[in-house]
Amino acid sequence: MNQQQALYKYCVGLGDDALIQSYRLSEWCRNAPILEEDLALTNFALDMTGRAQVLLSYAGKVEGAGRTDDDLAYRRAERQFYNHLIMELPNGDFAFTMARLLFTATYEYYFFTELKNSADHDLAAVAAKTVKEVKYHMAHATDWVLRLGDGTEESHNRMQKAVNELWMYTHELFATDPDVAMLRDGNIAVDLAVVKSAWLQFISRTLTEATLAVPADGYQQTGGAAGIHTEHMGHILSEMQYLQRAYPDATW
Amino acid sequence: MELVEKTDQAQAELLKNFEEKINRGDAIEPKDKMPDAYRKHLIRQISQHAHSEVIGMQPEGNWITRAPSLRAKQILLAKIQDEGGHGLYLYSAAETLGISRDEMIQLLHSGKAKYSSIFNYPTLTWADIGAVGWLVDGAAIVNQVSLQRTSYGPYSRAMVRICKEESFHQRQGYEIMAKMMQGTKEQREMAQDAMNRLWWPSLMMFGPHDSESPRTSDAMKWRIKRHSNDELRQKFIDKTVQQAEVIGLTVPDKDLKWNEAKGHYDHGPIDWDEFYRVVNGNGPCNKQRMDHHIRVHNEGAWVREAAEAYRKKKENLN
Amino acid sequence: MATDSQFALWEVFIQSKPGANYIHAGSVHSSDKKMALQNARDTYTRRGEGTSIWVVPSDAIVASNPDDNDMLFDPSNDKVYRHPTFYVMPGGAKAI
Repeated sequence: MNQQQALYKYCVGLGDDALIQSYRLSEWCRNAPILEEDLALTNFALDMTGRAQVLLSYAGKVEGAGRTDDDLAYRRAERQFYNHLIMELPNGDFAFTMARLLFTATYEYYFFTELKNSADHDLAAVAAKTVKEVKYHMAHATDWVLRLGDGTEESHNRMQKAVNELWMYTHELFATDPDVAMLRDGNIAVDLAVVKSAWLQFISRTLTEATLAVPADGYQQTGGAAGIHTEHMGHILSEMQYLQRAYPDATW
Repeated sequence: MELVEKTDQAQAELLKNFEEKINRGDAIEPKDKMPDAYRKHLIRQISQHAHSEVIGMQPEGNWITRAPSLRAKQILLAKIQDEGGHGLYLYSAAETLGISRDEMIQLLHSGKAKYSSIFNYPTLTWADIGAVGWLVDGAAIVNQVSLQRTSYGPYSRAMVRICKEESFHQRQGYEIMAKMMQGTKEQREMAQDAMNRLWWPSLMMFGPHDSESPRTSDAMKWRIKRHSNDELRQKFIDKTVQQAEVIGLTVPDKDLKWNEAKGHYDHGPIDWDEFYRVVNGNGPCNKQRMDHHIRVHNEGAWVREAAEAYRKKKENLN
Repeated sequence: MATDSQFALWEVFIQSKPGANYIHAGSVHSSDKKMALQNARDTYTRRGEGTSIWVVPSDAIVASNPDDNDMLFDPSNDKVYRHPTFYVMPGGAKAI
């Protein structure tokens, strides 16, 4: 993989994280526990769709084969998606979704804070905008994790279960994809070790405050960087890409 | 006996003052004295309006995960989010009349409160998302623009905000239809099919003919409604027929023709049997819509309880 | 009696730009203060309407009674000397 291919993959991975996460959050629209939360989750999904648009457009530009953001979102096959697995897991209950949002938004907050200093000016610009968005997602998720963790016995149990189930997917967020390792040399990509330590500190503090146990590290599932997904991914794509695949000659 | 007479007199006085105020064009505010019938009419109308916005999220929500481009997905999400927001504004307006949102939701679930029947029709293809925006929101906005001048202050203020936000909704729907009519044969067929299915239910959104509408006279007298059902329906037809022609869609009404003398379109008879059947619970999606709303409400109960429990714990610490 | 499932009602005031008055925008339901602020943000500033938000529990708002309007507001109608146009200025005086 040369530098250009590595940059393409890096951008697509970031774009896919936003795209798939927005897909899951948008499933909450009309399904939230209270009307106000419907509006909040839709706002987050909109932030993420916008981010996916910018990152996938840029990936297409880097690739130089004339593919647009929509081409990349709607015409790639499952093995060509590079999002982290945690993004594609089904929503579960509200506790699961909020625990995931806490984990991913905290990761994104520290990740994009670092990426603001990227030598790639396009990525740095996306990062500057994204940091503001995800800071809010992180605050919202933190508050809900506190409420549910320290709420009723039922909510506590549901939240602890969600945290435990998600834990094995968090390791992947900080694992460097060997394909893009070269981007570190040019100061384009983020040092994930920095992100990891900040993430772990914030998450441990928040879980503790929420009267939740920080899970012990055990088996860690990875695969997104290699395009090896969970079984859920194929169902996301078959739904998301339905119109583009069924009517390949149509524009919408 | 004397007491009753006094009360009657007081009631008559109240009504007189109230109607004078209405006739002066003054807005009625929550703490103003108002006849019970006015309050009840408003609660029924505003809560029905709020429920319609919220239930209306479902047929459109049906296509969020299948929107065919990132742009289309953003537009659809933003639009459905607006509907939720509009439901919220309207619930708040009704709450100023002394009913809680919780009570309104219970009345919806028990079937005592209604919502617009249009949302009991399914969204079967992507073109339906276009048709809902163009026709359904188009019909709604004709009504809502008129309601901006409704006599009850909080309702009027909610309608002003809603109209401002809704202005993109109809345009985005029309854009979808226009794009599909310029597309492949399959897309054009889809668009026409959506038009065929949603045209008549859209006309029904304005409610029964004025001659059949029992509550219209009080509502007009008290300036809750500012235009009659038939006036608003006619306005919608007149502007929409022209828009259909521009993009090459056929209005599915063989009796539709321009009436030069009246300056309006004449249209064929509306199937009121269908209207009343759906209003009374037997439409394609009535059960599905209500089951969904009840299920989501019940599934969220533990979350809401936890939030309240957390707040109480924290209050006790201070 | 079953408890209310919809949280408490809060009133939302939005400042549209720095220095401007806070204007009542509407209401939201929320369990606690932080949720009220976030819900207000997600409901009432979706189109760049605001630079600052206040939220106030609705039951903390005290409203005047319309029956008292005569007493409260009419007496100020004839106090013309509170308005600058009441005063006669000598001709030729500038910047006053």
